[in-house]
Parts: sequence; C-alpha cells; structure tokens
Amino acid sequence: MNFSSFLIMRHEILLLVITLVLLVAEIFIPNNKKSSTVHLAIFLFGIHTALGFMALDESSLFGGMFHTNNLIHFFKNVLNIGVFILLLQSADWLQEKIVTQNRGTEFFILLFFSLLGMYFMISAGDFLMFYLGLELSTLPVAALAAYEILKRSSSEAGIKLILSAALASGVSLFGISMLYATNGSIYFNDIIEVITSNNLTILGFILFFAGLSFKISLVPFHFWTADVYQGAPISIASYLSVISKGAAVFILMILLFTVLKPLMHVWENLIYVIALATMFIGNLFALRQQNMKRFLAYSSIAQAGFILLGLITGTQLGTATVVYFVMIYIFSNLAAFGVVQAISLKTGKENMDDYNGLYRTNPKLSLIMMLALFSLAGIPPVAGFFGKFFLFTAAASKGYYLLVFLAVVNVTISLYYYLLVIRAMFLRQNDNPIPFFKNKIYMRLGLIITVIGILVLGLYSPLYGYIYELSTVYK
Amino acid sequence: MIPGISITEILTLTSILFFIGVYGFLTRKNLISILISIELILNASVINFVVINKYLYPDVLQGVVYSIFIIAVAAAETSLAISIIINLYRQIGSVEVKDTETMKY
Repeated sequence: MNFSSFLIMRHEILLLVITLVLLVAEIFIPNNKKSSTVHLAIFLFGIHTALGFMALDESSLFGGMFHTNNLIHFFKNVLNIGVFILLLQSADWLQEKIVTQNRGTEFFILLFFSLLGMYFMISAGDFLMFYLGLELSTLPVAALAAYEILKRSSSEAGIKLILSAALASGVSLFGISMLYATNGSIYFNDIIEVITSNNLTILGFILFFAGLSFKISLVPFHFWTADVYQGAPISIASYLSVISKGAAVFILMILLFTVLKPLMHVWENLIYVIALATMFIGNLFALRQQNMKRFLAYSSIAQAGFILLGLITGTQLGTATVVYFVMIYIFSNLAAFGVVQAISLKTGKENMDDYNGLYRTNPKLSLIMMLALFSLAGIPPVAGFFGKFFLFTAAASKGYYLLVFLAVVNVTISLYYYLLVIRAMFLRQNDNPIPFFKNKIYMRLGLIITVIGILVLGLYSPLYGYIYELSTVYK
Repeated sequence: MIPGISITEILTLTSILFFIGVYGFLTRKNLISILISIELILNASVINFVVINKYLYPDVLQGVVYSIFIIAVAAAETSLAISIIINLYRQIGSVEVKDTETMKY
C-alpha cells in the first residue's frame, strides 16, 4: 500500500480541504468583507464539482471499510451538481440575511461536512463506516435547520429533526447489533457469505430498515418531514428533500441488492406495502396543503414512494432506473424549491394563494415552476416522465402489475395537486399580486441549470445507457 | 464473560431497555426526557454490541470498537440537541412538547 492509493478518496479529501480553507478564510477575512466568503465557497465548490468528473479506479481502502466503483463515483458527481445548484440558489439568501449576522461561513462548513458524511455513507464497506457517515450527514443538517436562530419555527424544525434522527439511528443501531449477532461480522463482504434468513436476522434487518426509512421519509416514519421542511430555511429544506434523500436511497439500494439479497423474499413484501402506503399518504396529504414548503414536503414523500418501485426489483434494470430517477428528481425538485426561495426572499410569501396571478408579473419564474412541477408529475416532454416510465418498466418486468397500476393512479392524483399550483399561477386573478422582480446572477444561474437539466436529461438517451452500463455492479 | 450469566439474560435486559426507551420517546412530554429516552436506546445497543462480541465472537474486537464510536456520536448528538433546546427555550421559555406546535397540519 502506498500513498497514491488514497487518491480513490479524492472526493472526500478535496471537500475536506475546501472546508478547512473556508475555516481559515473565516479567521482572516475582516468583518466588513464577510460576503466574499460566499463567492469563495461557491468558486471552490465549483472547482470541486468539475474535478469530480476525472476518472477514478475501482478499489477499496482500510481493509474494505471504504470502497468505491464507477457507479458510486458517478453518484457522488450527481450529488456534487445538486449541492452546487443549491449553493447558487441560496447565495442571495445568505448575503442578505445571514452574512449580515456574521454567520455566513458556518453555513458552508456545516453543509460541506454533511456532504462529506454522505460520501462516506455511500462508499461504506462496513456498518461502522455506514453509521458514522449517516450521523455525519444528519447532525450538521439539524444544526442548519435551526440556523435562523431568531425564528421560532426554525428552532422547532431543528429540535424535531434532531430528536427523530436520533431515535431513527438508535433503532437502526439496535438492528445492526442483531445482524452482527447472527453473522459475526460488520463487514459487508463477510456478511454476504454467511447471511441466511433466520428470525433474528429478519428482525435486525427490519429495525435497520426503519432507521434508513426515516432518512428517506417513507411512510410510518414521515411525520417529521412536513414540519421540518416548513420551519427550516428553504435551502435546507431542499437539501433534505433532494441530496439527503438521494444519498439514503442510493445506500439502501446498494445494501438491499448486495448484502441483504438473501433476504429478498422478506424485503420484497416489505417494500411492496411501504411503497403503496408512501405514495397514497404522501399524495393524499399533499392535496390539502396551502403552504408551498409543506406542499413540496408531501410531494417529496410521494416521490420517495415511486423510487421504491425501482428498489423492489433487485435487478440491474432496477439499479439503473433508481439512479436515473434520483438524478432527474434532484433537478426538478431543486427548480421548484428555487422558485419558492426566490419569491420568499423577495416578498416573504410562501402560501399558494400568494402565487395567484404570478404569470402576469413574473412570467419566467412561473414557467420554471411549471416545468419543475410537470417534471415532478411526469408529463411527457420533460425529464420526469422518462424517469417514472423507466421505474414503472422495472417494476412491471418483475410482474408487479397491480403495484404499477396503483402507482399510475397515484400519478393521476399527484397531477391534480401539481396543477392546482399551475392554475393559481396562470389562471387565477389577484388584486395584490407579487410584484415583478429581477433575480441576482447566482439565483438566475441556479435556475437556468435546473431548467437545462429538466429539459435535456430526459431526451439525451445515451445518458441512460451509460448509467445502465455502470449498474452492472449491483444486480 | 460474567460467570453464571448467559447471553440470553443480558440480551433480554437490553431488549427491555430498548423498549423502555421507545416507550419513553413516544409518551414523555418534556424535550429533555425525550433526549434521555434516546440515550436509553443508544445504550441498549452499546451493551448489545459489547455482549455479543464478548460471548459469541471473542477473537475479533469489532463490536467493542463499534460501541466506542456509538458513545462518541451519542455525545455529539446530545450536545447538539441540548443546544437547540436552549435556543428554543430562549424564544418560548419552555421545553414542553406541547409548546412546539406552531406548525401543524
């Protein structure tokens, strides 16, 4: 072993260096120039995102605790792009609200450490690394959710998130201890060889699954979602709904398709029931929401239910469709949250009724919102349709016709409430509409990238072929 | 290894501890008590890891090392939760669950 083998941790090392540079910059930049840390952080993270696309070897480190392959590498790049867009969208909010309180740099440091935790989580080769990554990705987000210390709702969101997260990780640990008892190791590679489906293993698996379901906000564990999204700053809500959820789905997929494959007859039924419950409850609760953040929270619960349709297959097709859908979902949801954030920053309005007549005053923002919602609902020309279509294909290829039928029913329900927002923006009259405003350059860039993503990802078919090729590792 | 005590008895104890924690999390009305319940859950799994390591797989120290990490992370988690609770207390002057309800439905 030589030092060059550490290069397979390039993503992690680079991100850690960036965080440390920001920490030092925080000390040396004088107080009246603190807004330059925002530019610095975005610039450094942009470089990190670009460098991430360099090719990487497949190998493992630390006796198998940390491993990486091309699909994991690709997914880290997707997460990078998502966080980069998120930083662009939240730059204005930071400069106007947070930097003036002299707390701008901590935001980036916490956010980057959380992303670092996600890297370690999806590259984990044993349950210890997985647990540390999970905690490192959750704890900073809880601090960030309580970041607006002067707002009561923000503190409430923080406490709700940290308490639920701690419970979930505790339950998940209890499950891991049972898996350790029956298999005699915490390394994934050792467990694969000896795991059999006996009662204690199944109980351990279910407790472990409960912990991850919390991160993905699947149905019995979804109660924190709406409250936290509503109370937290919007950029953190969108971080929770796309990046954190995406990474948790990815590691759950890896574990189900490799380590826990011998338990497939158990988790097939489990996911079948949970997928149905998640889709129906997410969609039905979204119908009656007035606050846009709550509305997007329930819509993201419903989307998690759709993702489970790809997980239920356990095949290469399932892997490829899940990764593809998560990627599209990141772009669509970031676009929707970006528009909500732009409007909330300028006017402080977050309710659906406030969006009445938005098209007459802000046509571009309404069009972006329309594209994002169409993509979330799955209307053909935009990317979301292809993502959902492939997921349904994957589930149908294993013969789950009833599940696919009920999922299509759910798409119809979701179309109804997405169209409620579009109706408010385009058809409703409003005596006191949101006035016309121009976004600053960062926000505009962030929204443009998401629109390009929504329009191009679905139509550029070689991308799906590329993901399908990479997915040969998990089948 | 404790002579005279089998692994079943200790695992029963940790299971009871775990479910006391879950019950406390669901029924307590005070945020600090909820935090204590979470500590019970985490400690139940710590004991589980150590006991399983000691009784079943004594030649490799995986479970013991795991438990050290759990203790460290639990401390971080608790301190973060306490700091958020303090911040909340400054604003509403209470640490009761029923007072953290501005967002509902």
